[in-house]
Amino acid sequence: MAVGLRVEAAVKAPDFAYLRPDSLDGVFAALARYGDDARILAGGQTLMALQNMRLATADVLVDINRVPGLSDVVEEQDHLVIGALVRYAGLAVSPLVREHAPLLVDAVPFIAHTAIRNRGTVGGSLALGDPAAEVPACMLALGAEFDLSSASGIRKVPAHAFYRGLYETALRSDEILTAARVPKRRPGQFHAVDEIVQRRGDFALAGLAISGEAENKTIANISLAFFGVADRPVLAIDAKDLLTGQILDDGSIERARLAAFEVLDPPEDPITPPAYRRHISGVLVKRLLTKVREGLI
Amino acid sequence: MTAAVKSVAITLKVNGEDVAETVPVRLNLVDFLRADLGLTGTHVGCEHGVCGACTVIVDGATVRGCLMLAAQADGCDIETIEGADASGRIAELQAAFHRHNALQCGFCTPAMLLTAAALLDTNPAPARWEIRDHLSGNFCRCTGYQSIVDAVSEVAGAVE
Repeated sequence: MAVGLRVEAAVKAPDFAYLRPDSLDGVFAALARYGDDARILAGGQTLMALQNMRLATADVLVDINRVPGLSDVVEEQDHLVIGALVRYAGLAVSPLVREHAPLLVDAVPFIAHTAIRNRGTVGGSLALGDPAAEVPACMLALGAEFDLSSASGIRKVPAHAFYRGLYETALRSDEILTAARVPKRRPGQFHAVDEIVQRRGDFALAGLAISGEAENKTIANISLAFFGVADRPVLAIDAKDLLTGQILDDGSIERARLAAFEVLDPPEDPITPPAYRRHISGVLVKRLLTKVREGLI
Repeated sequence: MTAAVKSVAITLKVNGEDVAETVPVRLNLVDFLRADLGLTGTHVGCEHGVCGACTVIVDGATVRGCLMLAAQADGCDIETIEGADASGRIAELQAAFHRHNALQCGFCTPAMLLTAAALLDTNPAPARWEIRDHLSGNFCRCTGYQSIVDAVSEVAGAVE
């Protein structure tokens, strides 16, 4: 079948070596051996694109796709443990995720396109920490924590402490993010997610994921996590404080909209000025809290 | 595999045929299919996952051929437009594309067909918005979306 038309020009990425461990221990060994020269290749839906454009280089790619035990969603007492290699498409059809963390199911259609969702992974998205990505913000809203595994054990880091700046995370070079622990949905819990994009599947100009609990229409607690509007996914702390103990009405929603602006620090961008991103972020606050209000009984 | 390598021996199935090759690890799956196997029906457009022209079926699911290494296809079962055409499984879609003039230059068409077929596999009667949504990751620069959606819609028996 081979016709041998390949020429060197067919190779796009900068030179690298490739390693495909078949166990987590193998991954740890590779990270120990190559250190900062190594990058983990999961779904590759960002890393491969960056390599094709030569915007990213790694001396060694450590492909974790054949590492067993990372592709499952497991139910524990209070948490759902979502393995790093669970693909977006798998997240969307998982009965466990649908039952215990439906916010994640609702977020999947916003992520790129079907072919990307078939390959891209939860762990890849979380570890990369793209500020405009949906899954990190959902994990923030849900109060998830991440398993950062290394040869010396597992370090559990809450999502809000994991993201530190533009593509800066708490992940050390000897660690790999192996799972996300998401608190299971409790009675009275509500959620909502939406984003504003120029074209279907594009990165969000602004996005918002909300999770919370209500008793007798009163907000017992609520988390609003923005994406696409700062150097990392961010929780709107002031809006949370303002809404807690309140009934959602036009007044409280408007106050929350204004309070949410406190955490927004949209990047300068010639096409979408910060003022515009702030404006549409406010639109999302109003839209989603109104939706939440309608769903409360 | 415990040591990092620059080339790797892979065995896989492509359109039902067994293939065994040694490839540079940097080689993208789509370039392997086109240059090594001569399966040039899969196209290379943007090469960073945006345009969808390189769509192939890997173990039953649509995948961007430019965002997967040939090395990662080791052990996989791959179908390209050539295989889908030969098996006749997309014949209805092909005929509908023809009838509706759902292509001009044809560059996006192989991937459009595979992506549309994947939709109909899981959702045999999609609404027009669902067809649009599902095809949103496949660019047509001849601006032929209207007739592409018409063609898929006809095969799906969707209400116009």
